[in-house]
Amino acid sequence: MSSLNCDDCGACAGCGGFVPVENEELKQGSQIIVDVLLEQGVDTVFGYLGGVVLPLFDKIYDSPLNFIIPRHEQGGCHMADAYARATGKTGVMIATSGPGATNLVTGIATAMMDSVPLVAITGQVRTELIGNDAFQEVDITGVTRPITKHNVIVKDVKHLASALREAFYIASTGRPGPVLVDIPVDVAVATTKWTPPTEVKLPGYRVRTKGHKKQIEMAADAINNSKKPVFYVGGGVVISGASEQLRKVAQKANVAVTTTLMALGTYDQSRPESLDMLGMHGAAYANFAVQECDLLVAIGSRFEDRVTGNLKTFCPNAKIIHIDIDPASISKNVSVDIPVVGDAKYILSQMLDLVEFRERKEWFNYIAKLKKNYPLCYNKSDKYIKPQEVIEELYKQTKGEAIICTGVGQHQMWAAQFYKYSKPRHFISSGGLGTMGFGLPSAVGAQVACPGATVIDIDGDSSFNMTLTELSTAVMYDLPVKVIVLNNGYMGMVRQWQELFYNKRYSQSSLKNPNFAKVAASMGATGISLSEPSKLSEAIEKLLKEAGPCVLEVKIEPEENVWPMVAAGKSLHEMDGLDIFESMA
Amino acid sequence: MKHVISALVQNKPGVLAHVAGMFAARAFNIDSLVVGRTDDPDLSRMTIVVIGDNRVVEQVRKQLAKIVSVVKVQDFVGQDIVARALMLITINTPAEKRPEVLALIDMFDSKVVDIGQKFVMVEICGPDSKIEAFIDACKPYGIKSVARSGTIAMARNKRN
Ligand SMILES: Cc1ncc(C[n+]2csc(CCOP(=O)(O)OP(=O)(O)O)c2C)c(N)n1
Ligand SMILES: [Mg+2]
Repeated sequence: MSSLNCDDCGACAGCGGFVPVENEELKQGSQIIVDVLLEQGVDTVFGYLGGVVLPLFDKIYDSPLNFIIPRHEQGGCHMADAYARATGKTGVMIATSGPGATNLVTGIATAMMDSVPLVAITGQVRTELIGNDAFQEVDITGVTRPITKHNVIVKDVKHLASALREAFYIASTGRPGPVLVDIPVDVAVATTKWTPPTEVKLPGYRVRTKGHKKQIEMAADAINNSKKPVFYVGGGVVISGASEQLRKVAQKANVAVTTTLMALGTYDQSRPESLDMLGMHGAAYANFAVQECDLLVAIGSRFEDRVTGNLKTFCPNAKIIHIDIDPASISKNVSVDIPVVGDAKYILSQMLDLVEFRERKEWFNYIAKLKKNYPLCYNKSDKYIKPQEVIEELYKQTKGEAIICTGVGQHQMWAAQFYKYSKPRHFISSGGLGTMGFGLPSAVGAQVACPGATVIDIDGDSSFNMTLTELSTAVMYDLPVKVIVLNNGYMGMVRQWQELFYNKRYSQSSLKNPNFAKVAASMGATGISLSEPSKLSEAIEKLLKEAGPCVLEVKIEPEENVWPMVAAGKSLHEMDGLDIFESMA
Repeated sequence: MKHVISALVQNKPGVLAHVAGMFAARAFNIDSLVVGRTDDPDLSRMTIVVIGDNRVVEQVRKQLAKIVSVVKVQDFVGQDIVARALMLITINTPAEKRPEVLALIDMFDSKVVDIGQKFVMVEICGPDSKIEAFIDACKPYGIKSVARSGTIAMARNKRN
């Protein structure tokens, strides 16, 4: 076995003494990482360099992996996350120790809150230095413990392959989530015998996919006996791939369907029984229907406060069925009458045989009336471009086929309200954590995942400012992502709250923005600026025609608000902003 | 309301931090948490006394079970259990009070493990209620210091 002295490498990975070169029998830890990635079906990896991951990057150099380097590890983590959201596959992000690893924190927490399968691999200082405050040492398993589904530091190369396999297994099964594997550099350069994969055995990890038969029967009975049922669908249905089963059950049983932000697209919004999105900025008809229903069937949703409004008065007259793969989600926020623990796809297909058609004429007449009386709408203006009309025009021109990514704020809500989704995995947004800056990197990740698709980041000016550096990444890899910056010159959502609850005292809620079109141009993308209402459709046409990455900045009405709105502490039916319907009548 | 929950966990670094962190992050109120090895070197047992209503305890149980390195969770609610804790307590005992204190120690079926001119150190074992009662009984003499182990528990085996 030949050896290379540490001083010879020059990069100072701090890998410690000798770097043995592997032979056929023995593999180096770094090679094991690459080989397990390939064995797990990974073809695309996001990551950023640093001292302690140099041995790994040296192996990546010879591998067939498609590698994307972001401009910032947070961006890379959002890319891997969106890659997973767009495909259902597990996203992979690599970062170096210390600052590389801490830059992942927001990305990991974002993935955790939205149950996204993600494996984060971080380099760590040499095992013998751990605990000594070594250069670029951070206890990243300690830091990320509450924001990962699982994490582990591998201190012996013999356990490396199994730790990585377990990471993929845990990340992608049950209620998915991020798993972080921290690998000290001496482990990455140590050698061991390669062990082929065996079935993953984890004594403390069980996934229940098949719901209890009795519970499924009870749930189906309750649906059959209900006069006013509503399905309240969450991101779990996207993850489970259960849209088709959902459609069949809802149509066979004749039930109205509302979705959360995370589940947009799981149910075709052009259907009459679709109630669109519910919640704080949901459709008024969805919120009214939920408050009126006699049976609420939660499927892969978790009764989050932005969805339910005041819990004490939520859904006051309804029996509640909760279908979820995570037992801990059930009866966490509301007490449930019929819990069904299992995978939505499995349970819905079991239910399909048990539910029966009911006409529910009165209930559907009521829903039709609600939809007619309280549509999502806005006041037009001839002075300003309205953000809602931008989204409507985009919807028209893309025929509803685009993958839409968003930042966080008003623009996110308008993108949810005014674009209509008919397929899952076409609306990619940070729902649980509400991470500003998610928009552009997630669009890059989605475009990597779906090279042929039209991927559009609908962003806010402040959100875009946070991560716009990733435009360079799009340019570098020829990713034709499109960005629409709805520029109101404010942190609009925050300004809206200041307007409503702080007497219009707009404390620190506006930024001096750069010229976004010029920023785009300087990075090698195309930039377009628009403020003239009559040129809207032309500008969007130009944006969509552009072959490469392109940013369209639209100056919109600065103080437009998102309506309707259920203020904090209010009941779901106590919405503000409904007066618009009176003004339109 | 106090509940005793017992969890078998993998004997790996970070597990205690994970469990303790989860309790803190979810704002669960714990009275005591005891970890110790079992006969299986790969497993440790944690006994956790939680304060909260049934709903809270149900969530605690589910959130514990969700942690990958937690193998099994048992909530002893409604079961016949043996629950024991250990306490070391040092009590002031001026000469004239010594017979009284020794009688008290005897009454509580506890044991003197150290003794000096003006103090005794006592080892006492039993359910929490007995230990609390002993502390109350000692208060008039003056307590110098207390160290308590927290509760460990097991369900009684079914006869026959
Ligand atoms: C990283 C992060 N910081 C702060 C917030 C709080 N926040 C929510 S929305 C918002 C304003 C967003 O402004 P912009 O991106 O311009 O979107 P707009 O609401 O104007 O459409 C802020 C500051 C957040 N969600 N994320
Ligand atoms: Mg803004």
